[in-house]
Amino acid sequence: MAIAPNNSAVSKPATGKQAQQGLVYLPLIAGWLVPGAGHFLLGKWVRGALLAVSIICMFALGIAMQGKLYSSAQDILDMLGMAGDLGNGLLFLICRLLGLGANQVQIVTQDYGTKFIVVAGLLNVIAAVDAHNLRTGRKS
Amino acid sequence: MFQPSHFAALSLFALFASTVFGITMRETPKRMFRYGAYCFVLFLGSAVALSWVMYLIAP
Repeated sequence: MAIAPNNSAVSKPATGKQAQQGLVYLPLIAGWLVPGAGHFLLGKWVRGALLAVSIICMFALGIAMQGKLYSSAQDILDMLGMAGDLGNGLLFLICRLLGLGANQVQIVTQDYGTKFIVVAGLLNVIAAVDAHNLRTGRKS
Repeated sequence: MFQPSHFAALSLFALFASTVFGITMRETPKRMFRYGAYCFVLFLGSAVALSWVMYLIAP
């Protein structure tokens, strides 16, 4: 006997024209520039706040540990580090302008800090893509 | 300059990364919390286990 699917417990994603209205990429771009902003734009206040606190704290701890902010991409490892740093959006640009962070890693704590900054950028990209998925209806 | 111990740095890293993983990889708050806690335990557990492995194979 075939059982009809129970759709009442599953929230339907926004599909078709409804999901394409307006600026579809705005949460993605806002979330990249400012951690959590993509979720704030969609009214997901708690999720956005938790993401913002996590990513900003991770980045700030990296800076507090005198982690390296990549400024040039001379070899492949520098390119990967730069890509991770750029994921932080405005946080990275502001800290570069203020001259925060170190240019060279000399002690092990600075190495931890460098990794914190890179991973904060990568987590921010994940959060921004999540906001985009919420906007397009791929995720409820 | 903030100079945490290796374990403190690891714990902070695991906390923040697990929070983001939980929120972005699951859809309901309950499942987000459970997945975040699962990731946190895996981060710390795998680090402790690998530490023991390195300790035991060290010359």
